[in-house]
Amino acid sequence: MKVKVISRSADEFTKERSQDLQRVFRNFDPSIRTQEKAVEYVRAQNAAKLDKIFARPFVGAMEGHIDSISCMAKNPNHLIGIFSGSMDGEIRLWDLASRRTVGRFPGHKGAVQGLTVSTDGRVLVSCGTDSTVRLWSVPVSNLLKEDASSDKSAQPRETYVWKNAFRSVDHQWNSDRFATGGAGVDIWNHNRSAPEQSYQWGTDTVVSVRFNPGEPHILATSASDRSIALYDLRMGKPTSKFIMRTRTNSICWNPMEPINFTAANEDSNCYSFDCRKFGEATCVHMDHVSAVMDIDYSPTGREFVTGSYDRTIMIFPYNAGHKREIYHTKRMQRVFCVKYSCDGSYVISGSDDTNLRLWKSKASEQLGVLLPREQKKHEYHEAVKNRYKHLPEIKRIVRHRHLPKPIYKAGKQIREQNESQRKKQEKRKAHSAPGSIVEEPLRKRKIIKVE
Amino acid sequence: MGVKQDGGTIDIVPAMEQEKISDELDKRVKKFLRGAEANLEGLKDKKLKGQLAVREELYGKSAHAAAKAEKWLLPSEGGYLETEGIEKTWMIKQESIAREVDILSSRSQYDIVLPDLGPYTLDFTSSGRYMAVGGRKGHLAILDMKNMSLIREIQVRETVRDVAFLHNELFFAAAQKKYPYIYNRDGTELHCLKEHGAVLRLQFLKNHFLLASVNKFGHLRYQDVTMGRMIGSYRTGLGRTDVMQVNPYNGVVALGHSGGKVSMWKPTSSAPLLQRLCHKGPISAMAFHPNGHLMATAGKEKKIMLWDLRKLQDEPIQTLPGHASTLDFSQKGLLARGCNSYVQILGDFSGSQNYENYMGHGMIKGYQIGKVLFRPYEDVLGIGHSMGWSSILIPGSGEPNFDTWVANPFETSKQRREKEVHSLLDKLPPETIMLNPTELGTVKTQRRKEKRTKEEKEAEMEAALEAVKGIEPKKKTKGRNKPSKRAKKKQEMIVSAKRPFLEQQKKEEEQATRKKQKVSEQVEQPTALQRFVRKKAAT
Repeated sequence: MKVKVISRSADEFTKERSQDLQRVFRNFDPSIRTQEKAVEYVRAQNAAKLDKIFARPFVGAMEGHIDSISCMAKNPNHLIGIFSGSMDGEIRLWDLASRRTVGRFPGHKGAVQGLTVSTDGRVLVSCGTDSTVRLWSVPVSNLLKEDASSDKSAQPRETYVWKNAFRSVDHQWNSDRFATGGAGVDIWNHNRSAPEQSYQWGTDTVVSVRFNPGEPHILATSASDRSIALYDLRMGKPTSKFIMRTRTNSICWNPMEPINFTAANEDSNCYSFDCRKFGEATCVHMDHVSAVMDIDYSPTGREFVTGSYDRTIMIFPYNAGHKREIYHTKRMQRVFCVKYSCDGSYVISGSDDTNLRLWKSKASEQLGVLLPREQKKHEYHEAVKNRYKHLPEIKRIVRHRHLPKPIYKAGKQIREQNESQRKKQEKRKAHSAPGSIVEEPLRKRKIIKVE
Repeated sequence: MGVKQDGGTIDIVPAMEQEKISDELDKRVKKFLRGAEANLEGLKDKKLKGQLAVREELYGKSAHAAAKAEKWLLPSEGGYLETEGIEKTWMIKQESIAREVDILSSRSQYDIVLPDLGPYTLDFTSSGRYMAVGGRKGHLAILDMKNMSLIREIQVRETVRDVAFLHNELFFAAAQKKYPYIYNRDGTELHCLKEHGAVLRLQFLKNHFLLASVNKFGHLRYQDVTMGRMIGSYRTGLGRTDVMQVNPYNGVVALGHSGGKVSMWKPTSSAPLLQRLCHKGPISAMAFHPNGHLMATAGKEKKIMLWDLRKLQDEPIQTLPGHASTLDFSQKGLLARGCNSYVQILGDFSGSQNYENYMGHGMIKGYQIGKVLFRPYEDVLGIGHSMGWSSILIPGSGEPNFDTWVANPFETSKQRREKEVHSLLDKLPPETIMLNPTELGTVKTQRRKEKRTKEEKEAEMEAALEAVKGIEPKKKTKGRNKPSKRAKKKQEMIVSAKRPFLEQQKKEEEQATRKKQKVSEQVEQPTALQRFVRKKAAT
């Protein structure tokens, strides 16, 4: 007869000395855990509530400009600094950690319409309504010092005067060239006082210009004739163009999937396109109630932030039709430019009330260095909340956002209008021969012509 | 991974072995998958399909990782009893086991004889470390089973009918003569639960922090012990019963009644979830398998039936002969049956849900066994009887590997405090108790009542008539088999088959005419009486 009975020796299962860590034994067998789903549901509910309790997205405001902020630029080599240009011609370099001005670049006589930094972080290019393009050397020593009270104003390295006012500027990702948008698209070099190449397609002003981060010679532009065009610098000619129903204010390429870009449109929607197929948008992002002024992608490529004329900032997932998050304050007026910080944790907005505001991209995120246990706990909360977020009780908590009254009302009105249009269309379909009324999807409806 | 040599590769594990390993792993992986894969073929939404496909893959990976961890990383192995030659397992006595087993385990075999204080009932905490004991004549005690020491004993000088631990060893409830009381580990009386009345049985639902009780009049009560709120108080309507068990899988309380019925209750409804006639005589004992699929019921007509709770057919899976005044399932699925002074342990070794005799233990004649309870995470069976309590070794009954976050037999006080807080945060609301706990979070399909067309109705009626016409009535004897009577009987059968359809038709016609009447009412009245006509709301 062979017999064995469970016998546990206390040494294996208890700690020897008080400094030792307690050992944890795991058995993943589902039969010793009862009602797992209900426990997870309760944990998801608690996680959603805790999320709301700890949601404090506003970090701080940076004041100093005396006129509305029109454009911002990030320096890819120095995460802590951000450049901002205002409508009275003042350009400032801010230190995000202390939220103070670290450098000034006075010189522009009119509004600064575009700012961009070269890829090596040494040169700042700015353009404005005074028809000049100015190149500034970014002071490296200033960036390293924490001297917040320094008011050192720099002199421009170069000033190039041209024939027309400029609306936007963007630097190529691997060379010394940059493109400006004004009457047409001009390609400049740092060392030449006149553009190397000029393109013109149509007679309207080019409102925004963006180089592709993956293919450095591809350029996307949007013009006031409601079009979006792609240029290829190697071929020396514009490639393709399509016209939409309303004007695009700003474009941003997805840094992780450089074939896709998202356009911020006047009709309060953002449209994501695949640059190979211009016939239809890949996704329509709808939640703003007024024109979307600016858009920027997170370095992960998974979400983007938009700033709109309706005084709010929204963060959208790259493939979803509706927002993940909305930020608003009573003091923040029309938002003209937004930037996602280079580490993906912050969002910076520049608005009409002359302030730059720094927000967290995840509102309830704990900043600073987290212990591995804390990190795991946060990840678990996220995961369990996402598993049950479609159930009514938890959906109610997760979705809830306080909106300013005008935006709430405007949103409601837009939904009612869309709903009535949809019902009318359904009735038309129901009362006509099957197949005679063909409805185009929204992604195609907004595009008028592809050239 | 292989080591490349000129031309050929040498695998570290040969191919045959790899197959065996993968088969074994597959079985384990199935256990951790918790159900079958979802069928994503019917989904038209591509985005959702993609997201769900990623999730299914992750489930597979985590089940695989858990299976590997189970195979290699678990510290302890389960107990077993193997016989050689003509020996059978049920012939082996406790003394022979005690000789083969180490000293620490043989200390778990004992008999505590306390003849004056009445039949004893016992309860273990979920980690198996502490035991609460209650004698009928008022003796209450808490013992630490690891050190075999008495923590505290009190004499309440009243009848004690049942004892139950609350969420940990600090609190226990005793069902005394008039009301149940809650005591501290030090024996201080904390609460007197007057609303419950004279309670016969107490059960604690761990995840919900609910104390369920059934009293002398057959009233079932649920009380939340964290806030003290009475969640539900229901008259079962089926009389006095002292057979009550909680199904640990879904938190449902099952009562066994003297008519042979088993009823299952949840705290949020006054009608039982389920009522089934299980036995021909009164039900004497009931037990639930920890995985929630099996229920064992014992009736006074000397039968023990095993039911499958997922299918709930009319016939039990297995019927075993014998009396049982108490039943209990162990963590590994062994069934203990206690009657008079004999305990029989049955086990399912073939995996086909066929319970057969495994072990037995006879106590001194005259000891009436009141309660058998397996100790969690140990191979020990606790027996409460009329002369005290005993404990015997049953190899293979306990789960050898515990999970620190679920139940820890080696808990320190700091761990206990932390666990209490975490379990309070995870306290489930009483609405989550349902027969199938996996239904939570699923989508309820909306069933649209389809109106049957005229042809369908006619076809149904014809089918029913044909079925009735086909039946041959029984030929009666002793001069009662007259042809006229036979024809009458057949007519009656046809008419009774037609009746429900005709009634339904009549009802619908009535409704239609009523509607027509309402519409035509307004038209027929003369102008002088128009003010008395019922005005229909404007559409």
